[in-house]
Amino acid sequence: MAKIVPLPQAVSEFVHDGDTVALEGFTHLIPFAAGHEIIRQERRDLTLVRMTPDLVYDQMIGAGCAAKLVFSWGGNPGVGSLHRMRDALSSGWPAPLEIEEHSHAGMANRYVAGASGLPFAVLRGYVGTDLPLHTASVATVRCPFTGEELAAVSALNPDVTIVHAQRADRAGNVQLWGIPGVQKEAVLAATHAIVTVEEVVDVLTPVPGAVVLPTWVLAAVSVVPGGAAPSYAHGYYDRDNAAYREWDAISRDRGTFTAWLEKLKGEKS
Amino acid sequence: MSWTADEMMSIAAARALRDGQACFVGIGLPSKAANLARRLHAPGLVLIYESGTIGTEPDELPLSIGDGILADSALAVVSVPEIFNYWLQPGRIDVGFLSGAQVDRFGNINTTVIGPYDEPDVRLPGSGGAPEIAASCREVIIVMRHTLRAFVERVDFVTSLGHGDGPDDRRTLGLRGAGPTRVITDLGVLEPDPDTAELVLTALHQGVTVEQVRAETGWPVEVSADLMITAAPSEQELSTLRAMRTVGV
Repeated sequence: MAKIVPLPQAVSEFVHDGDTVALEGFTHLIPFAAGHEIIRQERRDLTLVRMTPDLVYDQMIGAGCAAKLVFSWGGNPGVGSLHRMRDALSSGWPAPLEIEEHSHAGMANRYVAGASGLPFAVLRGYVGTDLPLHTASVATVRCPFTGEELAAVSALNPDVTIVHAQRADRAGNVQLWGIPGVQKEAVLAATHAIVTVEEVVDVLTPVPGAVVLPTWVLAAVSVVPGGAAPSYAHGYYDRDNAAYREWDAISRDRGTFTAWLEKLKGEKS
Repeated sequence: MSWTADEMMSIAAARALRDGQACFVGIGLPSKAANLARRLHAPGLVLIYESGTIGTEPDELPLSIGDGILADSALAVVSVPEIFNYWLQPGRIDVGFLSGAQVDRFGNINTTVIGPYDEPDVRLPGSGGAPEIAASCREVIIVMRHTLRAFVERVDFVTSLGHGDGPDDRRTLGLRGAGPTRVITDLGVLEPDPDTAELVLTALHQGVTVEQVRAETGWPVEVSADLMITAAPSEQELSTLRAMRTVGV
């Protein structure tokens, strides 16, 4: 059963130095507030897993939380590069960053394997690309029925997965809708899952296409209105595209980033 | 009437898509061209984005691959594992519409690093969905600005396979899709030679010379014997393109 607790308590209890942590949300429902809380609590040496490490991981990397990044696309969507990630990779600032790089299809299937309790997943992928030369978690496997050679990717099982959702009920059952991304798989693949929600309601009225995460697969639920901003929460608020553009200038320079970071650390979640 | 090279590129790319096709759309230039095609000659074009939106009809251009406007206007919204495993992987999608930082003479695409992988000169975003889009769609159309830095003899990193090192590579590797059939740039159009799979110049946009293309191409690009000249943008194409707005801009 999920405990409904304030976010600082959920992070403090379930996110530890050295953990493998996945914050998921594919453009939509990105758990920014949780990432910021991890920054405030100064977690270190995390292996950060995420298909699209965009602003939230740029911030966490710049803040020194990460030792390793497992990902498939690292950019500021529609805007450009992640300058803090680039700085960590090229100059080791503020800490060296190791990477493990996949394609989206590979990462999605790694979560599927993790959620399914399997050691690996099979897909038609990576063929003819240079990625397998650099990524140990890609291999090939022969189909026992047809003899066909296919790509195999090892399962992802984060210590903690954190996602954001529209709402939970008082028992901690969670409902999310709109673009569902890979959140269900990332939650079910993890040892512990934390969900931040826009609100708690008495009854989870069914919504077409909604994903429901039962309370008994979650460790904690925290109520954080606006917790996905500047990404968006379908039906609650829109993506703040201007903020994504502004991040480019803030993150380009260590000084402006550090000023941003100090301001964030001074704010309470 | 005048137009920019970028506008010509978007219009030429839009023309390459046919009504009724299912198109897996990359963000940026491909997304702009695909949405232009849907507003012009291809109202039945099925747009699919890797965020899991199928048959989406946004009235403004998305900034990211998963903007809310894509979900709001989609026929169906599915999970990321589903979009790759059920929709892309089996070969249901007609056209993969991609861009990149580098493309080489065999249509291989690099979006990973410029320079060596371990100590790159420039770290790029990485793969995203492109490797499997390039592998599994029935054909791939690439849209890119034509510069010497981008059109290279050999990509520094094969993020997404085009024709590998020659005409038999895709077949030997067991890939089902035909790979890149066209590269549409702001200068013209390149297509793989049927025998060698090497990209050759098959069309020039109006006002562009072969010398300009050669100057911006990192290999001695061959020119097709049937070199075409791209039709100038129509007034409708230009006005439709110029009326398109990106969300939140």
